[in-house]
Amino acid sequence: MALEIAKTVDAKGLSCPMPIVKTAQAIKDVPSGALLEVLSTDAGSTRDFAAWAKSTGNELVEQTVDGGVYRFVLRKK
Amino acid sequence: MSDTISFVLFSGTDDRLQAAAVMSAGAAALGKKVNIFLQYWALDAFRRDRIDLDHGLSPEAGEAGRAAVDALRAAGQASWKETLSQAKELGDVDIQACSLSMDLLHLEESDLDPLVDGVEGVTAFYISAEDGEIVFI
Repeated sequence: MALEIAKTVDAKGLSCPMPIVKTAQAIKDVPSGALLEVLSTDAGSTRDFAAWAKSTGNELVEQTVDGGVYRFVLRKK
Repeated sequence: MSDTISFVLFSGTDDRLQAAAVMSAGAAALGKKVNIFLQYWALDAFRRDRIDLDHGLSPEAGEAGRAAVDALRAAGQASWKETLSQAKELGDVDIQACSLSMDLLHLEESDLDPLVDGVEGVTAFYISAEDGEIVFI
């Protein structure tokens, strides 16, 4: 069953640290336990999102890459 | 890891201000309290009538560096002003002008861009830095 995404952040084309800044802003708007999807083309994203999730306590549920686009699914703590 | 990080911005060139803005926004995204203290040429770059101008690059950038910075901007990179503005919207980012530098440059608070929250001395800056790291850029 596909995960139910509450909100998507399209950060494609944005350079560091904007994908994380947009994500930190957007996650304020979803309820606890809901899923936030982020799309990014910044090559540093893989490490950045893992570190950000760990530090903020939000869970990185899924991470994939397809054609240079990184996709992250985060569950708000 | 401390919850507070403080940046002293001294240089007023766009590359250093960009790097400082990126560091500040990243810290704000992690929920850190960010203090920014503006001195000398960095403060000059935050003047209301100059903030949107070209502030040049560090000498080591050279022509190739200039071209690289321009290419990143053309690809849509947010300016340091925009990056700081978003960092302030996101988290707790306090930007203060150094009072000595205000005197040096003959500035009034009304001469500064609204991104700047106020004017303070070095003692107040150290107090707000608490036990967190202080980075000089």
